[in-house]
Amino acid sequence: MRTLFLFLWKYNFFIFFLVLEAFSGYLIVQNNNFQRASFINSTNTVAAEVNTMVSAVTEYINLRAANDALSRQNAALRTLVRDVYYIDSALKQQVVDTVFQQQYTFVTAKVVNNSVNRRNNYLTLNKGSLQGIHSEMGVTSAEGIVGIVKDVSEHYCSVMSFLHKDMKVSARFLRNGYYGSMVWDGFDPVHGSFLEIAKHVKVNIGDTIVTTSFSDMFPEGVMVGTVDKVDPNSGDNFQVIKVKLSTNFSNVSYVYIVDDLHKKEKQALEATQQNDH
Amino acid sequence: MIIKILKNFSRFLFLVAIQVLVLNHIQWSGYFNPYVYVLFILLLPMETPRWLLLVLGLIIGLTIDMFGNTSGMHAAASVFVAFARPGILRLIAPRDGYEAETSLTPQVMGINWFITYVSILVLLHHLVYFYVEVFRFSEFWITLLKAVFNSAITVIIILLGQYLFGRSSKRNERIIG
Repeated sequence: MRTLFLFLWKYNFFIFFLVLEAFSGYLIVQNNNFQRASFINSTNTVAAEVNTMVSAVTEYINLRAANDALSRQNAALRTLVRDVYYIDSALKQQVVDTVFQQQYTFVTAKVVNNSVNRRNNYLTLNKGSLQGIHSEMGVTSAEGIVGIVKDVSEHYCSVMSFLHKDMKVSARFLRNGYYGSMVWDGFDPVHGSFLEIAKHVKVNIGDTIVTTSFSDMFPEGVMVGTVDKVDPNSGDNFQVIKVKLSTNFSNVSYVYIVDDLHKKEKQALEATQQNDH
Repeated sequence: MIIKILKNFSRFLFLVAIQVLVLNHIQWSGYFNPYVYVLFILLLPMETPRWLLLVLGLIIGLTIDMFGNTSGMHAAASVFVAFARPGILRLIAPRDGYEAETSLTPQVMGINWFITYVSILVLLHHLVYFYVEVFRFSEFWITLLKAVFNSAITVIIILLGQYLFGRSSKRNERIIG
């Protein structure tokens, strides 16, 4: 026992170093675990306040672009308002209510912190648990997908951006429905890669890619991007497809947090399948 | 003693502010992210006990982590730098050793010594940080490139900063010394 203490005392610096590194490692690993909330994150009060102040200043720089995007979206939404439509039969009016059940609700949020220059990027939004936000909700902008909610505090939530090494979004071609996975391969915040598209599929430059209904995060048909470059003759079994992302992550300032009302039901059903493996 | 603590505390606040408010917001390609805050650990007084180095490294790492959602990555890198500092100092010691309670600035130690000292530790810090951030070997070379490139930028910013803010202390050192 005494030798043990002598040993610990002799190498106290190194052992203390190992303890602190283990603590850091624990934080990193625990943060990677999607289900559990991490406590060293930018949703805590001090960091969020500072980030809000920074965003209040930088907001002005993006104001013109944000206004453009919002007014364009307003115009698109105007056409969906019920007043715009002439109700041509009473029958249809009844059918609409029974056939269409609302599946998604949207909460608007402002981006108070954002990064695009790291391998793993995050956004902080000014909506939190008080507004009904919880983790694993999808986040979209007027232009396309943005990310997935990760940690939530009372007034803020942090969002794992699409520009993250662990992010994989199920997507398909709008034109012919072939589906694959969208990932980000680092460095360039404007482009992503579309994987798992077999060689026989004909891909054109400019083809639109949208989300599928497979994920629990995003509604079906949210824009992801357009094909920028195709290499059908790569060595792999699949084509190499570079995609220009529709969301401009460098100036995204207002986003929508998506709540899937059927998510619990869907997950419970799929959990029963997993017992088969 | 009190003056030294205050001086280092204000340096802590200043470097965290520069890192969090300015450098973290420069979004110029995926390659450019220098981490200048590590200078805080490098400039801690010579006589700082080693355990305190580690604790301060952890504190400044966690502070940067808090603002960047990097949870633990900066902490791991800066604790490593704090651990490596005594060894590196011994490795590059001047021929007749260090004077007691010397300050580790280019004005006192000479510019060549300072560049060597800063380059080694900044490179170590950036290597640890970028590899922990990527956490996979498939992007080995590109990560190495990133670490070296950003270390160079960090060292340049640190040197510029030393000559912008370090001049007044030079005069003081002369008077004291």
